[in-house]
Amino acid sequence: MDGVEQRDTEATAPSVIDRYYTRWFRADMKGKPCEDHCILQHSNRLCVITLAETHPILQDGRAIKNINYQISNCCSRLNNKVSGKSKRGGQFLTDFAPLCRITCTDETEYTIYSCIRGRLLEVNESILETPTLLLEKPSTEGYIAVILPKFEESKRITENLLSREEFETVVSKRIVAQSQPS
Amino acid sequence: MLPLKDGDKPVVRKLLSSGCCARCVLRFCCISVQAAYRKPPQETLEELRAFIGNTENGKSQQSASDSHDAAGSEPPGEPPMKRAKLEPVEPGAAVGGDASAVVKVEEEESSVCVACLGILQELSGPTQAVKIAERVKEGEYEFDTLVLSVSLPAQLCVREHSCWLHVKKELREKSAALAKDDVIPVKEAFKWIMQGLVAKELGGVAVVIRSLFEVSVEFTHPETEADCHFLASTCASCFKPTKNKQSVFTRMAVVKALEKISDAVFLKHYAFPPPRPSSSCVPQDVKCLHTSIFIAGRYNKFCRSLPQTPWVIDGERRMESSVEELIAAPVLLSFRAAGFNFSSSGREDVDVRTLGNGRPFAMELLNPHRSKLSREEMKHLQETINKSSDKIRVRDLQIVSREAMGRMKEGEEAKTKSYTALVWTQKAIQSQDIAFIDGIKDLTLDQKTPLRVLHRRPLAVRQRVVHRMITRYLDPHHFHLELKTQAGTYIKEFVHGDFGRTKPNMSVLLKMDTDILELDVESVDVDWPPSIPE
Repeated sequence: MDGVEQRDTEATAPSVIDRYYTRWFRADMKGKPCEDHCILQHSNRLCVITLAETHPILQDGRAIKNINYQISNCCSRLNNKVSGKSKRGGQFLTDFAPLCRITCTDETEYTIYSCIRGRLLEVNESILETPTLLLEKPSTEGYIAVILPKFEESKRITENLLSREEFETVVSKRIVAQSQPS
Repeated sequence: MLPLKDGDKPVVRKLLSSGCCARCVLRFCCISVQAAYRKPPQETLEELRAFIGNTENGKSQQSASDSHDAAGSEPPGEPPMKRAKLEPVEPGAAVGGDASAVVKVEEEESSVCVACLGILQELSGPTQAVKIAERVKEGEYEFDTLVLSVSLPAQLCVREHSCWLHVKKELREKSAALAKDDVIPVKEAFKWIMQGLVAKELGGVAVVIRSLFEVSVEFTHPETEADCHFLASTCASCFKPTKNKQSVFTRMAVVKALEKISDAVFLKHYAFPPPRPSSSCVPQDVKCLHTSIFIAGRYNKFCRSLPQTPWVIDGERRMESSVEELIAAPVLLSFRAAGFNFSSSGREDVDVRTLGNGRPFAMELLNPHRSKLSREEMKHLQETINKSSDKIRVRDLQIVSREAMGRMKEGEEAKTKSYTALVWTQKAIQSQDIAFIDGIKDLTLDQKTPLRVLHRRPLAVRQRVVHRMITRYLDPHHFHLELKTQAGTYIKEFVHGDFGRTKPNMSVLLKMDTDILELDVESVDVDWPPSIPE
């Protein structure tokens, strides 16, 4: 193999996400302050739904008491079954379809939403066993779900989403607002 | 002399007067002597007339004397051209069968046969053979033998069926039987006539029943296409419209319908004799096709920006060239083939190199104009490929059989592969931190379909085994990882974990974030194709 120079870890740390995904955001989901979601869009149009770093669950040293994929009496995301190449049978989600409900040890409750239209392929069952994954690695092992948008809609789904820059602008405006005397 | 029997006379009479050509008459008399069909049609016609004339001596002599009364000149209305073909009838000469022939002359000669639509008339003979041979020579094909195949318009079956029913009726009255299978098919008669002629034009090449090289002749007859249409109303089940076929009246469908239809229903819908066509069939372009040739070899890929197959999205090429195109270009030239199908024992990503002995591949060459290359020529072809680009290299290039494709695919599932990966670690490591990896044997992984291929593969969990690993420490954040794994193992996902969907993975084993920077395939452990010493 080729020779390798010393690589600076901090500056050029490689990442699978940077190589293959584009980060999109939805801020204040359903009007709830700071309940920000990060959607990782792969170049093959698959989307991974994750919590943005700014989400309340990830703040103030919270711990997770419970994650529930049963979102209603007749619907559990755990029952989602897809088969074949065209992923038949997957539950079809709209932007505001709930994926799961998370209860923290301080009794705060949060609903995580789909954020995009598409077919649900899988939800992350590892976080049921190991909720700390969600807190420690929200962008990778702690992902919430994988959704496949319809082929015709794959380019349009980002119309309602914020790019990284736009999201950072939103976040910085919050900080300014918070620091201003009321 | 034709092997005709007395019992054939009514058949010959009926068919000739209905507009059948001489050769078709032979067919319905079940004459299987091939030479009979090769004689000039005019000769055969005269023989047939002579044959039926014998019983009508009395009648013909009378008509001959009638024509003599007309001053021995040509009966009015007959164009001189036709008469010239026969020996001139001299007044007073013994006429016998010739006279009846004179009267009927323009009916048979000017019209296209109602049964074969001209295929056994002017469309089979030396002129046609020359045309066919010319097309074959144009293609500059390499071949030892050829098979001549002919495609006839579907309505021929209907006309044949009509003629057969009426001949059958004619014979039944004389208590003889005629099975449809006994009648010589138009296709067979055509081949009996043409095979020898084509062979001669092509310098004596053997025209056989099965060959690697096929010369296809096709005839159409738009004028009579409607002949079949009545079958759709009598046998609707045979004619289901399909998306891709232009006409529902395919030969197969028509044959099937004719098998089902009763004689009575057929005769109600289709007249005998069939209407005389005003023109002969139209011959389509002669098509030449050589069966596919298969070549195989092993390829190396030295470039990290070369896909295996062309990368095109929305009609736009995303990356220049590809492994298969680089190999195919010189091969297509050497074999003068029209196209190819490329197949290999597994694939590697664009950014992955294939080192070592390389990956087995096979190519089907479509319609090759050259089919035999010597060992020397194959070696030379291999060198040409290798000289054409430094991104790939080919070895063990050879001609193989069609079964070869199967041998290669069996390697894809069953055999092991070896890799070297360049791994990055988030935390600083020392060589003793990774030493334990070398001791792990036959590690079973549960790999969910990687996200990067999940859009086109079913979602599933696959168990794959990493047989052994060897680490080579580089620096606090890098080491080389050599792996020997079961076929079908996703190496990249084993190293970076794919969002934790491959378990266990290198991150889990080292308890830190890891990523893969480079990957090389070191060996594909399939012992096919046989190696060719350089």
